[in-house]
Amino acid sequence: MKMTGAQAMIKALELEGIDIIFGYPGAAICPFYDALLDSEINHVLTRNEQGAAHSASGYARVTGKPGVCVATSGPGATNLITGIATAYSDSIPMVAITGQVALELIGRDVFQEVDTTGATAPFCKHNYLVKNAQELPRIIKEAFHIASTGRPGPVVIDVPVDIQAQELEFIYPETVDIKGYKPNYKGHPQQIKRIAEAIAGAKRPVICAGGGVITAKAAGIMTEFAQKCGIPVVTTLMGIGAIQGDHPLNLGMLGSHGVFAANYAVNKTDLLILIGARVGDRALGTAEKIAEKAKIIHIDIDPAEIGKNVSTAIPVVGDARLILEELNSVISRCETMEWVGEAERVKAERTAGKERAGVKETSGTLGVNPRLVISLLSGRLDDKAILATEVGQNQIWAANSFIAKRPGAFITSGGLGTMGYGLPAAIGAKLGSPGSTVVVVGGDGSFQMSMPELGTIKQSKIGVKILILNNTRLGMVREIQKSRYNKRYSQVFMNDNPDFIKLAEAYGFKAERINADSQIEEALDRFLGDDSTYLLECVIDPEEPTI
Amino acid sequence: MAKYTLSVLVENRSGVLSRVAGLFSRRGFNIDSLAVGVTENPEVSRMTIVVNGDEYTVEQVSKQLNKLIDVIKIKALDKKDSVSRELALIKVNATASTRSEIIQIVEIFRANIVDVSKNTLTVEISGATDKVEALEDMLKQFGIKEIVRTGTIAIERGNKYIKAGNTEE
Repeated sequence: MKMTGAQAMIKALELEGIDIIFGYPGAAICPFYDALLDSEINHVLTRNEQGAAHSASGYARVTGKPGVCVATSGPGATNLITGIATAYSDSIPMVAITGQVALELIGRDVFQEVDTTGATAPFCKHNYLVKNAQELPRIIKEAFHIASTGRPGPVVIDVPVDIQAQELEFIYPETVDIKGYKPNYKGHPQQIKRIAEAIAGAKRPVICAGGGVITAKAAGIMTEFAQKCGIPVVTTLMGIGAIQGDHPLNLGMLGSHGVFAANYAVNKTDLLILIGARVGDRALGTAEKIAEKAKIIHIDIDPAEIGKNVSTAIPVVGDARLILEELNSVISRCETMEWVGEAERVKAERTAGKERAGVKETSGTLGVNPRLVISLLSGRLDDKAILATEVGQNQIWAANSFIAKRPGAFITSGGLGTMGYGLPAAIGAKLGSPGSTVVVVGGDGSFQMSMPELGTIKQSKIGVKILILNNTRLGMVREIQKSRYNKRYSQVFMNDNPDFIKLAEAYGFKAERINADSQIEEALDRFLGDDSTYLLECVIDPEEPTI
Repeated sequence: MAKYTLSVLVENRSGVLSRVAGLFSRRGFNIDSLAVGVTENPEVSRMTIVVNGDEYTVEQVSKQLNKLIDVIKIKALDKKDSVSRELALIKVNATASTRSEIIQIVEIFRANIVDVSKNTLTVEISGATDKVEALEDMLKQFGIKEIVRTGTIAIERGNKYIKAGNTEE
């Protein structure tokens, strides 16, 4: 069938099963937007291209399908970049389509020209500059394949405006054959056997579950594996949800902002089983030290992650679900009763200790306890609900107090730590899972980074629950300055924040502010009362620590 | 630090060299030399990359290169089991009194004179890096005006070969 490049792009998206895309038009992407008018694909007009990328990311996290975002050339593309890098850090499948200046003008520094493929190369899985419209079907097919298979990630397709208008004969390929891209899914049987032997010989094994467990849809099988062998589980920030939040074997999040029990376990272990976790510095900054005392097993679909940050005794490259299925069939219960008991005791002691110290753990007296808000909120959310976070203190409070009931219930920017991620990601999540209650937790700082996306929520008529923990500070940075810079506070004050209630009302959203713990329960009733957008602002003591 | 030679088969497309070079710089790997040219299959180019580093670095380089979609295959070549060459063109000062001495040196190295003028000789030499360096050293006394060197290229000895698709032998 003859059609234009732009029509081919739309057609290919339809054939990929894409029914929603996030974007922002501009001159160099106009043919695409013109062709979009004749398609059933739903387009969400964001308020900034970065919002489009983050929304596509949130959508991808809840649907498992690649999220699609679209922007024009130049500033449109550069605005997308933070979202692309965020998705790359967290292995989120995404296809980003950008307009480009006309092919023969490339390199002449014309209006809104930027080297998009050059700029995005360091943090996308792959990218294309389309030089012939006839290549579009193959390229789009490949892009979706690359984005969603192996270790997922963002793929960028840069399409010059004249290529979008060029005519081609549309034949959509049925299969993909890329010489240099053949992800390995099946773990080596010999290595799986070695894991089984190592586990049988271990006294104090620990599983460290990362985001890869969720991506591989291996959460269920991993929990089964942990139960079968009797192995405590710690999760990374991205791994939250890989095991039920309240599972007895779940010791919580590890790392510099993690909980005591999780860090205790990894420091005492004799066998650390990393599954879909990339040994990031915030989670396992002392990995080499742990490796001195413990044997390390590393299961990951990306061979480049194995041995990158810690020397590994038993590496296994492959899909976590397939490998764990194999493992479960050869493994039996280990002699870990004592160890599991010890880990559970440590966990219980710390929790009890916190309770004894009173619900309110602030050193000040002002406002609402953020942990209490999160945990009360968590208790009211059903199994389908999704909690997205911004970045900063709000993220850690949420990570440590939210009880994730299923994989995918917790959405956050883990690797890149992108402020402004939560709100647009929540928009994408809600559109990807309309039946779920979607809550975004943000600080006053990070919320304001993507605040214009309130306009997207209004225009797209979706219900997002916005919880702002307002301490009028960039709390995480302030804390670093407090502990490491001798309390020389530099540019962390946001004392003149706008009135968030009035702001929400300007968009037609319901909103309220609370400043005492006693108000939380009733406020949450109203907050979650129906499916409409609601902004709840909690006044937080600026002295409230992260941990 | 040791030097390792990697043979890398890549798609013969625009932008591949910049992807590879970009990867080296952003991951902090040091390239000693890089040479690239098309193979017997016009769709495939072969890069020979000489890397400075230890075993950890080489493993990381290989794994990270493998992640690039345009990279088809990578093999670290064993020094003893491979032949490596580089090419250099050296323009050296030559007067009537020094010309014959230079020609003698060039002959010893089995190098060639490719250009001659009243006061210069241009020498072409191919060989392993140390041979090229040895000739350069010998010619220094006459005054070297200009040197152009390619990166090293290398190939395995005997029946082994690296091809896109199936592996060696």
